[in-house]
Amino acid sequence: MASPIDPRVPANPPNSYRTGPDEKGFFGKFGGRFVAETLMPLILDLEAAYNAAKADPKFAAELTFLNKHYAGRPSPLYFADRITKQLGGAKVYFKRDELNHTGSHKINNCLGQILLAKRMGKTRIIAETGAGQHGVAVATVCAKFDLPCEIYMGATDVERQAPNVARMKLLGAKVNAVTSGAGTLKDSMNEALRDWVTNVHNTYYIIGTAAGPHPYPQLVRDFQSIMGRETREQMMEAEGRLPDALVACIGGGSNAIGLFHPFLDDKEVAIYGVEAGGHGLDVENGHAASMNGGTPGVLHGNRTFLLQDADGQILEGHSISAGLDYPGVGPEHAWLCEVGRVKYVSATDKEALVALQLCTKLEGIIPALEPAHALAYVTKLAPTMGRDKIIVMNLCGRGDKDLHTVAKALGMEI
Amino acid sequence: MDDGCGPQNNCRLTDRDATLYDQGSPYGTTPTMTHSTTRIDRRFAELKNAGRPGLVTFVMAGDPDFETAREIVLGLPKAGADLIEIGMPFSDPMADGPAIQAAGLRALKAGQTMKKTLQLVRDFRATDAETPIVLMGYYNPIYVFPVAAFLDEAKAAGVDGLIVVDCPPEADDELCLPAQQKGLNFIRLAAPTTDAKRLPTVLKNTSGFLYYVSITGITGSAAPDPQKVHAQVAAIRKATALPVAVGFGVRTPQQAKAIGQSADAVVVGSALVSAIQASLTPDGKATTRTVPAVLGLVNDLGQAFRGA
Repeated sequence: MASPIDPRVPANPPNSYRTGPDEKGFFGKFGGRFVAETLMPLILDLEAAYNAAKADPKFAAELTFLNKHYAGRPSPLYFADRITKQLGGAKVYFKRDELNHTGSHKINNCLGQILLAKRMGKTRIIAETGAGQHGVAVATVCAKFDLPCEIYMGATDVERQAPNVARMKLLGAKVNAVTSGAGTLKDSMNEALRDWVTNVHNTYYIIGTAAGPHPYPQLVRDFQSIMGRETREQMMEAEGRLPDALVACIGGGSNAIGLFHPFLDDKEVAIYGVEAGGHGLDVENGHAASMNGGTPGVLHGNRTFLLQDADGQILEGHSISAGLDYPGVGPEHAWLCEVGRVKYVSATDKEALVALQLCTKLEGIIPALEPAHALAYVTKLAPTMGRDKIIVMNLCGRGDKDLHTVAKALGMEI
Repeated sequence: MDDGCGPQNNCRLTDRDATLYDQGSPYGTTPTMTHSTTRIDRRFAELKNAGRPGLVTFVMAGDPDFETAREIVLGLPKAGADLIEIGMPFSDPMADGPAIQAAGLRALKAGQTMKKTLQLVRDFRATDAETPIVLMGYYNPIYVFPVAAFLDEAKAAGVDGLIVVDCPPEADDELCLPAQQKGLNFIRLAAPTTDAKRLPTVLKNTSGFLYYVSITGITGSAAPDPQKVHAQVAAIRKATALPVAVGFGVRTPQQAKAIGQSADAVVVGSALVSAIQASLTPDGKATTRTVPAVLGLVNDLGQAFRGA
């Protein structure tokens, strides 16, 4: 029986939501491999290398070892009792990937991809970054594995995420400030792709989100799904059952797909992705909610929902959170949105700031602005659910990097 | 059956050809092809007959504004362009260097749209029935047009071929095959990373000509090494009878001439777009120098081939 929290269920749901992508890299009509010919041979090589790695127990063993001893996995599943009490409804748990080495879930993917890069014999690493969390994670694994590293970061983001820029430099990465466009995540991805086209012979591109040409959305999801798998086990241990709802923020959507994917076929688990509502969905070009406020298109190697004008030109969008400030979304989310398995909602800049303060004051945890969007939705959702219900929210990054932005928004002196 | 009208053999003009290839034709007095189906095929046959490589020019539609771009494009054949590539501006041109990125942004800022780009082609076709027009750009503006309507309008406007950078053979059913069905050539890029194993995949549904990207990189970056290009072109010729155009990084008449020793055509883009940029006012507006700057450079490039 449908309750108010159930996602929309399509008329003819597939037997499983976990079989994608197909052999051409599509989730329904979304995804694919829309890249320049120069990159196609490498994309095909990457797919072959990933399939070989998946079949190699040594690869899994090495990744498991690194996850445990280097990243600090498993991350705790934490019952946020004071927030639960304050909201007066469902029990709220945090999957605490902000406690990982480097301060976010990004390390999960970077450890997997750096091992792939080494298997492929690549000797140089590039990456794009928005909030800098992915850039820091890439710079970290490059330091550990002794590979030169160049990070492309929008000039706007270089300014608003200065602490992460310093961390990347300290780790030995070269940080290139990208001035084209609005100088945010989209532009850094363009520039990283240009570097890759130029240096394809020796360079591996560690894409940070579950987007880009196939097989990136798949392999990023697979490396991030450790969060969802751990959550299942930890929830069974804590409560003896699966949660009633999952909530995660969505920029490109790597933390969300990592939490969601292992639960997609558990119909009783409602799943919510929270997009960046910026100044509000009704403000033209004032948000970064590509599923709630965009249309299908092709960018950065995949078909997905995009913020774009009627002529197919990509809009810049806006979010207070650099990590969500992206006009597209991973193709698997676009598909899950279309088939109705996941409900995609949004939270504004202001709502995220309120949630960040709530979490900080009640739980003593300063979340990053990205998961603060997820928490903003939890504060709306939890009171509508009974106290016997359970929500798990992905607390995918810590807020140290955002202190400058938050202080400025709240009028604090630091 | 050999009817004597293959590309290697001269054969009599039809009446239609005779009117099209008038006395002033720069392609020699005895055009060879009557069987070819597209303007692109005919033009390459003419070039072969004239014994020289073709000059393919790239400019961005609407750069720096619709009227100036129109004047430039309409003047290209007389200045020496054998084939014309017109860029469809896109906000996120991932395979392009700074010069063409800036050209696209100038055009978009001046209000260029896909509809206006097709209007530019219609305007050109009203003045020139034979110079092939190839639209070049990225998939998204076509995808949202959407595809079927775009192909119909492009064909009706007088477009001959498409180059869509981010539509590889793996996505042929999206755009390549529908375009071929409408009678538009779909020109594929091959790159230095396209090895012997990959090449047949690239060639499979390519028509008109093959565009060989002479460097691994973005448009307008490092100059290609003519010796390497000659070797690559020779390798491609073993796999296809299609004409081979070479571009990405060719800027000067000397480079064009060197590349043209093996290629059927040489593409010059960033250099022309840079010439436009250099002629503009500080706030990006056209000046009286803009049109002559581009057409003058095209003339110099064309002379390099014709004066050989």
